[in-house]
Amino acid sequence: MSLATHTIAELRRLLDAKEVEAKDIIDSVLDAAEKQDDRIGGYLSWDREKAYADAAQAPEGPLQGIPIAIKDLINVKGHPCGCASKILTNYVAPYDATSIVNLREAGGIPLGRANMDEFAMGSSNENSGIKPAHNPWDLERIPGGSSGGSAAVVAANEAIAALGSDTGGSIRQPAAFCGCVGLKPSYGRVSRFGLTAYASSLDQIGPLTKTVEDAAILLGAISGSDPNDSTCLDESVPDYRGSLEGSIAGKKLGLPKEYFTEGIDPAIRSAVEAAAKQFESLGAEIVDVSMPHTEQAMGVYYIIATAEASANLARFDGVRYGHRSPEASNLAEQYAKSRAEGFGHEVKLRILLGTYVLSSGYYDAYYLRAQKLRTLIRQDFTNAFEQVDALLTPVSPAPPFKIGEKASDPLAMYLADIYTTSANLAGICGLSLPCGFMTPKDGAREVPIGMQLLGAPFAESTILQLGHHYEQATDWHTKQPALG
Amino acid sequence: MARTDYFATIGLEVHVQLKTASKMFCGCAVEYGAPPNSRTCPVCLGMPGALPVLNQGAIERTVLAGLLLGCTTPPISKWDRKNYYYPDMPKNYQISQFDLPLCLGGGVPLDHFAYPKDAQKAIANPGKVVKLTRIHLEEDVAKSTHHSSSSSIDFNRAGTPLMEIVSEPDIESPEEAFAYLNSLRQILVYGDLSDADMEKGQMRCDVNVSVRKRGQEKLGTKIELKNMNSMSNVRRALKYEIDRQITELEEGRSITQATWRWDDDLGETQMMRTKEDAHDYRYFPDPDLLPVETAAILTKVRTAVPELPHEKRERFVTAYQISDYDASVLASERALADYFETAADGAKAPKKVANWVINNLLSVLNEGSIPISDCPIPAEALRELVDTIEKGEISNNQGKEVFAVMIDSGQSPGEVIKEKGYEPPMNDTGELDAFIDQVIAENPKPVEDVKSGNVKSINFLTGQVMKLTKGKANPKVVSELIGKKLS
Repeated sequence: MSLATHTIAELRRLLDAKEVEAKDIIDSVLDAAEKQDDRIGGYLSWDREKAYADAAQAPEGPLQGIPIAIKDLINVKGHPCGCASKILTNYVAPYDATSIVNLREAGGIPLGRANMDEFAMGSSNENSGIKPAHNPWDLERIPGGSSGGSAAVVAANEAIAALGSDTGGSIRQPAAFCGCVGLKPSYGRVSRFGLTAYASSLDQIGPLTKTVEDAAILLGAISGSDPNDSTCLDESVPDYRGSLEGSIAGKKLGLPKEYFTEGIDPAIRSAVEAAAKQFESLGAEIVDVSMPHTEQAMGVYYIIATAEASANLARFDGVRYGHRSPEASNLAEQYAKSRAEGFGHEVKLRILLGTYVLSSGYYDAYYLRAQKLRTLIRQDFTNAFEQVDALLTPVSPAPPFKIGEKASDPLAMYLADIYTTSANLAGICGLSLPCGFMTPKDGAREVPIGMQLLGAPFAESTILQLGHHYEQATDWHTKQPALG
Repeated sequence: MARTDYFATIGLEVHVQLKTASKMFCGCAVEYGAPPNSRTCPVCLGMPGALPVLNQGAIERTVLAGLLLGCTTPPISKWDRKNYYYPDMPKNYQISQFDLPLCLGGGVPLDHFAYPKDAQKAIANPGKVVKLTRIHLEEDVAKSTHHSSSSSIDFNRAGTPLMEIVSEPDIESPEEAFAYLNSLRQILVYGDLSDADMEKGQMRCDVNVSVRKRGQEKLGTKIELKNMNSMSNVRRALKYEIDRQITELEEGRSITQATWRWDDDLGETQMMRTKEDAHDYRYFPDPDLLPVETAAILTKVRTAVPELPHEKRERFVTAYQISDYDASVLASERALADYFETAADGAKAPKKVANWVINNLLSVLNEGSIPISDCPIPAEALRELVDTIEKGEISNNQGKEVFAVMIDSGQSPGEVIKEKGYEPPMNDTGELDAFIDQVIAENPKPVEDVKSGNVKSINFLTGQVMKLTKGKANPKVVSELIGKKLS
């Protein structure tokens, strides 16, 4: 078995026993990438020499010697940081994001730029301005998005783990589609400094890994307060890994009835229900709960996220960096043409939507109302977490669709995020992990099914512990895609 | 209808660069004259992923400005994004404050001496306080320089803390607008909040002005004026614009809401853009910044509130028995007021010290454009000089000579007096008696004259004593003694 298939925890033992070196691991994952990534499209680029150099300098720590793929919107000094957008062609990050500083301090090696939907806008990775990524379980299908590349390279053993970002489900949904573990930390758990912003009040950086244990290790490494990010909270970082083992007997798990309605694929529903049974057999108690504002989350998300994005993406104007149209003859044209040429369709759509909802005369009807609903959605979770320790839900109502299938129907695409956006609106944490496989009606190959554990703000330990116990009792996470 | 049947309504929006060491949202130094783009970082350049962090010092200064101007500070203040595209704005949105600014209400008392000199004799509304709407904090933009076929941008200024002070439409004349700016500047400088030099761009203002007929309730259509970079330009531009608007109305035309620009060379206002071109700024709360809870800031800042110019002026009048005018000159600048107080405290004649500062010191400093902080004569040395004159140890004229040397050399008065060889006059009565007796004996005629009431002859006799003492006697003491002896 190649080193690339190992987890962080396994490699830690091998590295500490000096049975392998960081270079062996880098070679193992990059050899795999060289061999197969042209079919998967998980990476936009990688730099083997830089990885060797970083490995040689890596300090001792839980991640020492472990190469980690980085989503293309997190700044790693000296590496490209293009957000999979043509508008940032040739842009090189001038500084390290705080999460990368933390990663390096733990010994981790930033490796390669993971593909994504342009500026994290999308649920399929089809909106990448560079190239689509493919699902390693079925190359005809999407890997999910927007952190599709991060999930695909972990699932395809082209990285030991990856960092992604989650604004409305962008870590959890691709993790579910690719059969890996994805964690969206609570808002304020991980610094956003150096994360190219899509929607600032929703964005969080988080790990995509092969196991829950690895997610705990990686989260522990990147978390913590940051003087450069006022929204990053000064909460101590618990020993996430150390708290995995504690018993889950007596823990209460809520099943929100609004998450199990008609739109859900029966195979997914039964996989999540089976997972609930599994938790019961592990000593947890299953409780029915209600989250009455669930239905509003999608609309609220698209108003708030696009409003913030319309301002966040205004800086890409070709004045200081990035694509500048050579065709422009005056300032207004320079703006218009640089942006028209640089941004992809979905990004333009969302900027327009965001600009509209903030416009004078529409602000109260859209943005302000969305903020009020956001408060109610948050309240739903506060109420729920007074009754239960965590919520158990599906990640996506449907399995990954075929590339190109929904390209002309953005609304259908947006529905892929129906179970994940609420967590971002409420600022809570969410863990996605494999809970089964299914063969979609329109296909022959099996694809993974993911379930989601939602926890109260800063209750990552709780959902990691639940996920870990479930993982120990099942073997879904051990299955490998047949890439040949 | 006569032109005097119209009156103007004026409101000002004043931007003030705060005197902080670092920028509003990053650690870059606020520094003028540094090489272009050398005081920048990913935050103030708007690089992807960079995030703003509030400058606590800028918030405290703004809250202090509010306290000095009688504003209230709401318990929660928040930050908003103001969206518009311009190359000098790196993020293409400006972080500002929309509906929850740091300060609300308050007012600027118009100082009598803050009016233009030629207008001080006929002030329409003595003691007026111009009401403020609000004060908020935002970030400054970069500086663009336009060349023939390109433009360059220096981002050193981008992100400098900028305080915007918005007045109510409460000003009635160009002179009041001038006095408002001048009084405001004085207070800001007093609080050490800003150097507020308009010509250096540290204080900039936009003016809204409309005219209407007396008796008309509804405000006239307003024009926004830009590009006035001194207080006298504001006055001139307003005078021109008010005249223009009255002429328009008198000739039967209407005013269209628009932004006009003052052209100082031509001495006229010119149309820039109409309201149709106005921006929709799409303000919304900045998700990168948490709202500010102001209670603790207020408590801290309250301990740092300095005495205001008008308070200081009133105190100077009573404490040092000087005129209102002298007090206003001395209180006009905090450093000058501090200098005067150091010199006057413990002086034999504080009023004389005030005269020396105003008549002698300031004229020299103003001539050489020397700020009081660089004054070559320490306040203590000036006090010593004035005291020496007061004690009669040197004459007033000798004092002026000593002063001139002190300005050039920075020496103490004692050193200069010694070098000049000025000897203290003969004051000792015992020593003078012999000389006086001799003169009385030698000049019976004038002595008789004095005795019979001709006081002028005392001067003659004094002159004789001065001759005998080779000018060393104190003439004042001599005439007193002669008078006594002959009475």
